Amino acid sequence: MAAMVVGVLRRGSGYSSGGFGGTSRLLALSLRRFASTLVVAEHEGGFVKPSSLSALAAAEAVAKDNKISLLLGGSGPALHKAADHAASSHPLVSEVLVADSEALAHPLAEPWAELLCSVQQKGGYSHVIASSTSFGKNLLPRAAALLDVSPVTDVTAVKEPRVFVRPIYAGNALCTVKYTGEDPCMMSIRSTSFSPTNKAMSETKVAPITQVDLSFLSEGKSSWVNLTSQDTERPDLANASVVVTGGRGLKSAENFKLLEQLAEKLGAAVGATRAAVDAGYVPNDLQVGQTGKIVAPELYMAFGVSGAIQHLAGMRDSKVIVAVNKDADAPIFQVADYGLVADLFEVLDELLKIPDKK
Amino acid sequence: MKILVAVKRVVDYAVKVRVKPDRTGVETANVKMSMNPFCEIAVEEALRLREAGAAAEVVAATIGPAQSADTLRTALAMGADRAVHVLHDPDPARPLLPLAVAKILRAVALQEKPGLVILGKQAIDDDCNQTGQMLAGLLQWPQGTFASKVLLDKEKQKATVEREVDGGIETICLKLPAVITTDLRLNQPRYATLPNIMKAKSKVIKKVTPEDLNVDIRSDMEVIEVTEPPKRKAGVILSSVDELLDKLKNEARVL
Repeated sequence: MAAMVVGVLRRGSGYSSGGFGGTSRLLALSLRRFASTLVVAEHEGGFVKPSSLSALAAAEAVAKDNKISLLLGGSGPALHKAADHAASSHPLVSEVLVADSEALAHPLAEPWAELLCSVQQKGGYSHVIASSTSFGKNLLPRAAALLDVSPVTDVTAVKEPRVFVRPIYAGNALCTVKYTGEDPCMMSIRSTSFSPTNKAMSETKVAPITQVDLSFLSEGKSSWVNLTSQDTERPDLANASVVVTGGRGLKSAENFKLLEQLAEKLGAAVGATRAAVDAGYVPNDLQVGQTGKIVAPELYMAFGVSGAIQHLAGMRDSKVIVAVNKDADAPIFQVADYGLVADLFEVLDELLKIPDKK
Repeated sequence: MKILVAVKRVVDYAVKVRVKPDRTGVETANVKMSMNPFCEIAVEEALRLREAGAAAEVVAATIGPAQSADTLRTALAMGADRAVHVLHDPDPARPLLPLAVAKILRAVALQEKPGLVILGKQAIDDDCNQTGQMLAGLLQWPQGTFASKVLLDKEKQKATVEREVDGGIETICLKLPAVITTDLRLNQPRYATLPNIMKAKSKVIKKVTPEDLNVDIRSDMEVIEVTEPPKRKAGVILSSVDELLDKLKNEARVL
């Protein structure tokens, strides 16, 4: 239905004069007033990232007939390949805006916030959505301050176009808020709460790609030096369907290798608690919790994890939780679907002995 | 150079919070309050920069009711030189939003003229993760968020910041003045010793109001309700790995 209306509008706008053209402009205006969303997307290797596809699903949750513009920035051929991917990524995407500049090649908040403001001022969107990644969390509040509006962080559900649910106090309470300010209503969404759509795209539906005029970019006050990344063969922690996590109970970095072997076997990602990170067993980008990553996999297996409030905040929405801990009183057992009160090394040994089936 | 540190008084991180029966918020009466852990890290970093000779003075600031002065005293006891208390008694139904806090901090920054403002990356009550970015935007200063390492170069008026980002550590370089927000890994905050707690009592806390600073506090967000998160259904304790595998395969169907 939404696609039909947009289709009529497109054809309508072809008439430069006459009643039909006028009506369509009016329709376009009222449609825009209802919901038109700018989704700030991230891309990697020529594709829109899964977390940004979740942001598209959130835009759809705002309004079934939402008119979505997707903003992509960066430079080089990968950007343009990602733009092609973006153009056919969701039936509601009506336009892909491409900002091609060396200044945007790295995720620096200063030029990106200027870009977002400029695009918002031209497009007059009712909503601006980004995913709660380190990129989204760095950029969105800065841009919101420049636009003088309050953004909503980490939205987990959209109740009405301007009414949202978000966790507070490390997920120990859920707060429903209504945005009552001027346009745009800005939010970052928790990507594990919105599944990317699998809706089949019609072959002909490819959104037009437009280049953004970047003459407004000012001289940078910040510069990018480098990124030290943890290269890993395993699936990305935030999007993995199985996550195995170790806590202080693993006792050493050496023992974490056992967990990695199990992860390999299950096609899982490896996570860790803050205690394990602080003890130097694993790098900190594996930390799951209020201050680390938020995961919601099908299966979450916690080994030697006590279950502190801050850790539970990052994994309590997992579908099935398994806990292995020697201490029968560990709080983790209060959220676990299946618990084993046992020595984790013996359990790991047994699990590693299971013959590979697949 | 002067460093301005913003601190917030929040429900202590170890407290298990309870949602009020009338669903208007979380119970904060008779609950232990402390300095937000990320703010402690911000104070510690400012002190270390002063001790390393990169800064001459550390000024702590907070916005909140009279009791927030305790949080400033903690910062002073850790070693901050003086403090600014922006008195604001929030209406429980309309808590102060990060945008308003950022506007107040901008006004304080314009008076104090710091070379660097350090904040925590998020408060553990509202979990917003916005104020530092908003302050940087309002001041048109560069921002180094989620910092796990900060190096100041006084000569070149530059800060090199290592940031915790998804997938690794990113290094960026900022022209001063700048805004930095702290991640947990940045440092281990010190404890205030008794002599320092005593000394802190004679340090100056300047009291101002948002009106004095000409900041108009408005809110464009309404809290409709606060509820308990859905409870997970009780789990079972199993006796063996075989049983676990069986349950995962045949009951939960996740393997």
